[in-house]
Amino acid sequence: MTINTLLPIFIWVPIVGFLVSLILPKMNERLISGAAFLTMAIQMFAATIYVADWIFTGAKTFQVKEIILFQNEEYVFQIDFLFDKITAVYLLVGALLTFMVTLYSRTYLHREAGYKRFFNTTLFFYLGYSFTTLSGNLETLFVGWEILGISSFLLISFYRERYLPVKNAVKVFSIYRIGDVGLILAMWASHHLWGQNITFYQLNNAELVHDQLLQHSFIGVFISSMILLSAAAKSAQLPFSSWLPRAMEGPTPSSAIFYGSLSVHIGAFLLLRTFPFWEYQSSIRILIIALGLLTTFITTGIARVQSSVKSQIAYASIAQIGLIFIEIALGFETLALFHFAGNAFLRTYQLLVSPSVVSYLIREQFYSFEPRAKTIEDSFPKRLQLSVYVLCLKEWNLDTMMYEYFWNPLKWAGNKLNFINGHRLMLFFIPAFALGFYAMKQTQLLSENLQEATPVIFASLGLLLVFKSFTQRHSVRLAWILVIMNHCWIALAISFNEKFDQMENVLYLSGILVAGMIGYLTLQRLFRIEGKISLSRFHGLSETHPKIALVFLLACLGMTGFPISPTFIGEDLIFSHIREDQFALAAIVSLSFILDGLAVIRIYARVFMGPNSKTHAEFSNRYF
Amino acid sequence: MQHKFNLHQVIHELKHFLPAQAPLMDFVHHNTLHAFQSLPFHEALETAHVKLGYQVYFSLETFRTLHQAGRISDEIIDRTLAQKKGKDQEIWKGKLLHGQYNAMKSARVGAMRGQWKKQYNIDLDALVHPTLFRLLGSYLDQGISIWNFPIDDLSFLAAIRKMETNSWVSIFNKKTSQALLLDENISIQDILKLLVGKNEKNYEQYIYDQQFAHQGWSGMVSTVEDLPQTLLDKRQIKLEEFILLELILEFDALNHKIGSHWKPLDEHLTQEIPGLHDPIVKSELLEVLSLWQEAFEWTYYDQVLKGLQAERIEYLAPHQKSFQALFCIDDRECSFRRYLENIDAACATFGTPGFFNVEFFYQPIGGKFYTKLCPAPVTPKYLIKETGENKKREKDLHFSKHNHNFYSGWFFSQTLGFWSAAKLFINLFKPSMSPATASSLRHMDKFSGLQVDFDALHAEENGLQIGFKMEEMANRVEAQLRSIGLVENFAPIIYVVGHGASSVNNPHYAAYDCGACSGRAGSVNARVISQMANKPAVRAILAERGIHIPETSIFVGALHDTTRDEIVFYDDQINSADYKSLHAQHEQVFHKALDLNAKERSRRFESINSKETAESIHEKIRIRSVSIFEPRPELNHATNALAIVGRRELSKGLFLDRRSFLNSFDYRVDPTGEYLFGILKAAAPVCGGINLEYYFSRVDGEKLGAGTKLPHNVMGLFGVANGIDGDLRPGLPAQMTEVHDPVRLLLIVEHFPEVILKTIQKASDTYEWFINDWVKLVAVHPETQALFVFEAGAFTPYVPLIKSLEVIKDVESVIERHQENFPVYLINQY
Repeated sequence: MTINTLLPIFIWVPIVGFLVSLILPKMNERLISGAAFLTMAIQMFAATIYVADWIFTGAKTFQVKEIILFQNEEYVFQIDFLFDKITAVYLLVGALLTFMVTLYSRTYLHREAGYKRFFNTTLFFYLGYSFTTLSGNLETLFVGWEILGISSFLLISFYRERYLPVKNAVKVFSIYRIGDVGLILAMWASHHLWGQNITFYQLNNAELVHDQLLQHSFIGVFISSMILLSAAAKSAQLPFSSWLPRAMEGPTPSSAIFYGSLSVHIGAFLLLRTFPFWEYQSSIRILIIALGLLTTFITTGIARVQSSVKSQIAYASIAQIGLIFIEIALGFETLALFHFAGNAFLRTYQLLVSPSVVSYLIREQFYSFEPRAKTIEDSFPKRLQLSVYVLCLKEWNLDTMMYEYFWNPLKWAGNKLNFINGHRLMLFFIPAFALGFYAMKQTQLLSENLQEATPVIFASLGLLLVFKSFTQRHSVRLAWILVIMNHCWIALAISFNEKFDQMENVLYLSGILVAGMIGYLTLQRLFRIEGKISLSRFHGLSETHPKIALVFLLACLGMTGFPISPTFIGEDLIFSHIREDQFALAAIVSLSFILDGLAVIRIYARVFMGPNSKTHAEFSNRYF
Repeated sequence: MQHKFNLHQVIHELKHFLPAQAPLMDFVHHNTLHAFQSLPFHEALETAHVKLGYQVYFSLETFRTLHQAGRISDEIIDRTLAQKKGKDQEIWKGKLLHGQYNAMKSARVGAMRGQWKKQYNIDLDALVHPTLFRLLGSYLDQGISIWNFPIDDLSFLAAIRKMETNSWVSIFNKKTSQALLLDENISIQDILKLLVGKNEKNYEQYIYDQQFAHQGWSGMVSTVEDLPQTLLDKRQIKLEEFILLELILEFDALNHKIGSHWKPLDEHLTQEIPGLHDPIVKSELLEVLSLWQEAFEWTYYDQVLKGLQAERIEYLAPHQKSFQALFCIDDRECSFRRYLENIDAACATFGTPGFFNVEFFYQPIGGKFYTKLCPAPVTPKYLIKETGENKKREKDLHFSKHNHNFYSGWFFSQTLGFWSAAKLFINLFKPSMSPATASSLRHMDKFSGLQVDFDALHAEENGLQIGFKMEEMANRVEAQLRSIGLVENFAPIIYVVGHGASSVNNPHYAAYDCGACSGRAGSVNARVISQMANKPAVRAILAERGIHIPETSIFVGALHDTTRDEIVFYDDQINSADYKSLHAQHEQVFHKALDLNAKERSRRFESINSKETAESIHEKIRIRSVSIFEPRPELNHATNALAIVGRRELSKGLFLDRRSFLNSFDYRVDPTGEYLFGILKAAAPVCGGINLEYYFSRVDGEKLGAGTKLPHNVMGLFGVANGIDGDLRPGLPAQMTEVHDPVRLLLIVEHFPEVILKTIQKASDTYEWFINDWVKLVAVHPETQALFVFEAGAFTPYVPLIKSLEVIKDVESVIERHQENFPVYLINQY
């Protein structure tokens, strides 16, 4: 046995730590933080020894094939790990920072109502981080990616009884969701490109990659673009940058480590990891450099006008990540890694000591005040100077842009569907679904053209339902059922594609239906206790019904295809049946997935988070 | 009847209701609900609750839990109800213990503006606030941003107008909104007419709704308008301009989101919305809560008053004093003084407001500004300058603005970044003092001098007299000594001990320092008064006035750091070898007392085991003060509940658990209440203000307090908010108030009731505190020890209900018992 095979312990340590932390008594601070501290201490210690040994034995890149979760003739879903220089750096930096912040938080969070929840979520986050950074193929990476998304949502909304943290958590989740789908599409295209699920290790085989891409240059560019989309969303590059400062809603240590350092550098990791794939695509490299450069310039400008310390650090960090993107695209891997580590440490520490800024800077000012220190901008012509200032102050409209051009049109579309209510839904969609099901059994009855179009039509019908769910303002249960129905329509749509095994649909829908059922029943139970609840405002019910909230959260995870349910593999599988020429279908299904996740998280947030509707007036100041 | 809207008057009143907290560096405690102080306490609280939606008492469940735990006594409930409800006593007891009440109703404020959401499903707050807060924050910013607000010589609105005229990019979405802003003649009424409609009777309420949707920011605007000097980098802003801009932004948001399909609000006000200032309909729940509150307070007061009357074994203190020490009245000095007196029975301690009756501005060497060192309402005419060598200040590159630019940041993150990791590691395992620490010692260098004497050659600077003339010094020293009753029997060394605090990662650091010195350390004041009292010329004048300070007595200034429990003596005044050795002996006493004091404080800290030795605990307390991960370096004034104005003998031998302000006063020196007036005039607003700020931050941590400090984000160096788009959070963070019991201050004065009555009636603003019950006043008859409670304008006799108090042998074993508040104990150590 070589030390290589021990690699999965870096997954197992956080898993065990996380599970143990879940069952500890809520009131015992010492035990909870002790468990987290021990987990991270073991991880850090083991990682240090492991990396030292690895360097000593020649620092060779290697992969470890773990378990195969699903397999049929043409599709394999397996968990793989890879270890190389990139992983080593991310592993060490992540372990060290999380270790230190865990130690920091032991005292810092004393007497906080969510003490246990904080450490649970932190360990969960770290588990996602480990999965992502150790992953050996896109599927494994995606497992970690999803964990990062949901734990980020929970960390940002740590103060779940307040309005802004919840609102911003949903906002960040929606951006992450775009990144998720970018990754799904990349996996889909890559599956068609290689005809198999390729590992990162194989990507290092330059000849193989080069040959393959020569024949399929378009699909190659598509994959790279999707990867870039995911990386940009996760690393808060343009046009997504505005989520990062808004993620600073939790306790300072969690903002410091996750949004100041680890979480935002995951996009850079994705680029580093896939570099061999797009190395020969000059267009993509130029695109990344341009994006990085633009981000760097714009966010530096925004950072310079910030009057709050955390948003200043956030934007300054984004600017550095822009530079890291450029370094990666130029092929300076080592420099990029060095830069990542330094930036992560620097921003974490700056955020941790950010409250000190008042006494420090006021003292500085007291002794060395100059009425107006000149800055570089003073040399601009006045009109340009003022215009740039206003733009930076408005964050170049980045935050409103996502609303204006993406979410609002979707909401508008959803609002057009207001005629759908529970009864009409039954009257139309159920017979239609039955008809569709019948048609699928009798495909020979349909003309060839119709057969081609059917999946798209059915998937579109499904998409309509999720639009409606996403904008639903009243009935919680209707919104929930609409999401379930959306998945059924997608399953039906895909079934029209040839060579489809109904067992795969069972795999896909089993998770959805079980989670959907559980979610529906919990909602029923909640209604019996609390009376009817509408989606028009926050209710904050997790405070009074923590158990129901937890069960419902698990149901939500099941519904969004989180790696606890077979749907996670099912989603990937469904995509593998979308042919490479069916871009419309892929687009519709992926948009459905984005909105499904959002609709579900929105339901959870509205019902269980935010200010409690019993103790908080509807029109009071929500910005506390 | 046509309702006329008077803008000037509405804004004037609104400013009164908004939070009045100054920027962080000038944090001074005050009554959070000062706007309601003209009403009796309970009525004021109900009014604030109904109008503005504040929580004003503990919840009913909390009171009931406290009752079950024995923290609210049954006998006291019965007595309270008997007094207030007479024959209905039993019915009310049932209501207190078992009454069922519906959850709270919505507050009045917010209902009218909330109609936008109801009618148009539009969230104006979400559309307007981010832009508004950002503009305001950038304009007021004191030094966080690198690129400052580009127009610095104009007032807020004028600057924004100039920006709009000269920029290609507008802050608005619509041209029409920009046109409104640029119209110099536009008034708030004009825009209100567009938004709310023609009916002026709704205008006032709309503005309240709008401003109380972000009371923190509005309060800051209002404070800076009234006190521009509160920002070092001054700004001109008016609440009126701010409201005007917000109204235009609202108009812009409505047009942008709904287009032209909206009508002024009053066309939608079909059902009557209760007027903000309509008469309050009394609610039974609030009355029940107020009765609980009374019972809660009197359960504690009763023990204290019993304790004052208790027979204590009189021991004969030596007439010849070893040393005397003047401290601030601060409740944190209460236990320190007890330990000093225990260790050295021949010493005597006194309490007095910590600016020691010398009021001045202070300018350290190299300082570009003056710092006020006296209570906030006083404006001094004097300036004290530090003299000596210029010192180097340590820097920390982590706060440098260079690492926020991408080019220098590229370099910094790859160099400094790795040092950050090391630094964090060291900070976690071995915390130590750093440039980021706010330390009381930095206030004044121990080895520098002070320009105390007036010099005719350098008489003035910016309208302030530099130094004091002899006569002026003598007046201050005399008043100080007489007010505490120290007019004879002077010890060889008289220490004057100011206090300050040290903390790190704490934006509220100023709240930890001395309130009587405007949120600064009291070291300069302690040193200044000592130097004054040591001057032969001053003593000669004092002798003429009947205070004979012998040549053998010297005054020595000192600073007590309440976080670290350390003391620094400014002993440059001690020259002779005899006194040096005497001082060395006393230093031992101080250090031992500080160890024990640290141990007593540690019982509230989870991370320290209070059973360890005093020395090792003290070391942990010191480390705690410089730990960046410690949100509670000390607990400040938490649990404060009492203020005792009288001779030390009145409360000596009582274990008051660090809950009392102690102001020395001898009725024999001041038979007519002349100095007493000075004391009460300061004690009511200062101690009462601290007490009520803790009270309200505790009962409503969400709206009146600052909530938990963990997610706080520093805005412009003047305030904190949650996240980046939040409202400013005035008030105290939960970490400061969580152990506080919200009870009003019980002010106990040792003098004849008739003298006290006359004294408090001398000034109406002082009298308001007592007649409206914001502070409870009790007189102790100096000859008979009889107690009198001030109620409805008169003193009525009071007999404690509790039969006896527990007697404890030594304090050390008691403080190891538990973390919660203790009842009052009698200490019998002899």
